[in-house]
Amino acid sequence: MQLILRQGRIVDPSQKLNTVADLGIEDGRVVEIAPKIGTKGKKEIDARGLLVLPGFIDMHVHLREPGREDAETIESGTNAGARGGFTGVACMPNTQPVNDSEAVTSFILERAREVSKIAVYPVGAITKGSQGKTLAEIGEMHRTGIVAISDDGHPVQDSQVMRRAMEYSKLFNLPVIDHCEDRDLSAGGVMNEGYYSTALGLRGINPAAEEVQVVRDLILAHYTGAHVHIAHISTKRSLEAVVRARRQKTSITCEATPHHLLLTDAEVTSYNTNTKMNPPLRSREDVDALVKGIASGDIDVIASDHAPHNINDKMLEFDRAPFGVVGLETSVSLIFDRFVRPGIISIERMVQLFSTNPARILRLERGTLAKGACADITVLDPELEHQIDSKRFLSRSRNTPFEGWKLRGGPTMTIVRGKVVWNL
Amino acid sequence: MASLSHKDLLGIEQLSIEDINLILDTAEALREVAARPVKKVPTLRGKTVVNLFFEPSTRTRSSFELAEKRLSADILNFASTTSSVSKGETLLDTAHNLESMAPDIIVIRHQSAGAPHLLGRECRSSIVNAGDGMHEHPTQALLDALTVRTVKGRLDGLKIAIIGDISHSRVARSDTLLFHKMGAEVWVCGPPTLIPWDFDRLGARITGCMDEAIDGADVIMMLRLQHERQNEAFIPSTREYYNFYGLTRERMRRAKKDTIVMHPGPLNRGVEIDSDVADADYSVILNQVANGVATRMAVLYLLSGYAGLKVKKTSR
Repeated sequence: MQLILRQGRIVDPSQKLNTVADLGIEDGRVVEIAPKIGTKGKKEIDARGLLVLPGFIDMHVHLREPGREDAETIESGTNAGARGGFTGVACMPNTQPVNDSEAVTSFILERAREVSKIAVYPVGAITKGSQGKTLAEIGEMHRTGIVAISDDGHPVQDSQVMRRAMEYSKLFNLPVIDHCEDRDLSAGGVMNEGYYSTALGLRGINPAAEEVQVVRDLILAHYTGAHVHIAHISTKRSLEAVVRARRQKTSITCEATPHHLLLTDAEVTSYNTNTKMNPPLRSREDVDALVKGIASGDIDVIASDHAPHNINDKMLEFDRAPFGVVGLETSVSLIFDRFVRPGIISIERMVQLFSTNPARILRLERGTLAKGACADITVLDPELEHQIDSKRFLSRSRNTPFEGWKLRGGPTMTIVRGKVVWNL
Repeated sequence: MASLSHKDLLGIEQLSIEDINLILDTAEALREVAARPVKKVPTLRGKTVVNLFFEPSTRTRSSFELAEKRLSADILNFASTTSSVSKGETLLDTAHNLESMAPDIIVIRHQSAGAPHLLGRECRSSIVNAGDGMHEHPTQALLDALTVRTVKGRLDGLKIAIIGDISHSRVARSDTLLFHKMGAEVWVCGPPTLIPWDFDRLGARITGCMDEAIDGADVIMMLRLQHERQNEAFIPSTREYYNFYGLTRERMRRAKKDTIVMHPGPLNRGVEIDSDVADADYSVILNQVANGVATRMAVLYLLSGYAGLKVKKTSR
């Protein structure tokens, strides 16, 4: 066998598996899971004390190439992903130019083939130039390899256009990922609207800006039958609306980010521009509801919304700095340390949030270690002690709100198609 | 010598009651400088103060400049009505450049909330916030407090009504924080569209009804209403606004006999305040301006103490 991981704890909800065993890989695929594999592997890894998990997928990242290679490239972003424990990333189309055509999609895929050690799953734009007016060539992008459509960052305001996009997406069985934001309600806002925006004198983004658009999408999904995936859900009411819509069998999924699960708008009081992102950090009540949501399974996915920005762009006055924080290299460790370790979620749930569910939503043949499955594997050391230090990031950007956090547990090895692409 | 417990004056929020009393006492003592034939003391001789104004300002800037001159400081004026960003230089670069010239104090006004805090973290000089976005305007609140204290003899137990566009006002925030800290009962009043969320948590009671606000008030503080607000759907028209929130002689009849009327300026006569009221005996608007110079002198003097400068002791 090409590779054998010996005596790791294999946790794979797709097979209801949580056991210490050997895992054998041949030709980039999982061929055997057994208490003891008798044959010798060409390469063997001692995985005692480690967690061996189906490869994690971050389904919401910004790789910035083409266009803003000073902030991130496909190479640096995927290296950051590998270091963060991810075997695949879905990259959003708001590059320059926007990924709204076959040409840009194939550029991204070709570039990824040349430089990326992990899988890159491009997300295509919903509308041309993400201008919100006319549909992008979704079919051609689908033929080339997109896994979903989204106008992330420039959400479709026109409800008729959104309805058409949802109808059209069904032809290709593509999920429609929406960054929900009513741009009239959020206009000029730079942080959550509430006590802190009042005290800091910063313009607020009312939670309603998100909620109004979430509810619109849920209603459109009901009529069109499209699969709608709500990106970076950030408020209690948004989540309640999603849960209600699901009861009526609407095809809805949603994701939350580590920063919306771990930080409140109180963090902004230092005017630290690394606490500025969109949607903004919300109230304690919202954060508590989201945490309940990952525990209950109402939230399907944790995605980082990795949004690298050049340090020059972030060293500005708060209201002038761009929105967004990086997350690829902190996401897995944070969730393990803050939620799995204290028992708020189980390790099985963590695997669902990071692997099983993103694979299912994006219709990828991933998220499982069943016999014959692609050998994309994330290995975590539950005892690894480390501290978040942005100077050591492989990403080109350092805009993290978690600088200096001390964590226990984190990724130590990333395996893609049976090959170790990163280890600590 | 007495000095503040802070390197910078970023806002009222960070000040203790003792800090505030110290500034007001010092301002009161310095007020007599304006009455001298030679309106100058050598307190800040040889010290450099930079006035860094990113927003057009006439009264605040003149007030600071006069305060600095009366303290014999050397002054460098750096004004830019356009933002530092549109000029291609960041605020931090501008500040670091100025700092290389070794100023002792930087007075900054900026459109962005938190800009003085950014400088405070990055600069050795003492930073004085002369107004940052919709956040704070601490020297205005201090001069308002000095004005009230001079007339009323105290701050605690007074009812202060702040009326107008609370949302966009840094003065409303700083005044509320200060008067609440000093034991006054602060009311803010305006249309609900111009009162920000959770403003009560800053220490104010909120009402949309002007008569309720001025009922029994010792101080009525009127805020300027920008004409643009009607185009942004905050209010239907300045005409309707005047009917509900304009301070008229008619409304003043319902106020207490010894109520005083204040306004941070510039006045919008006929919009938020009638000329009859602005120019009446109970109006202390021009006292505010006079107290502004003394208050800013006090702040500069007390911060220079923090910076470890040798300042001649003043005997009181």
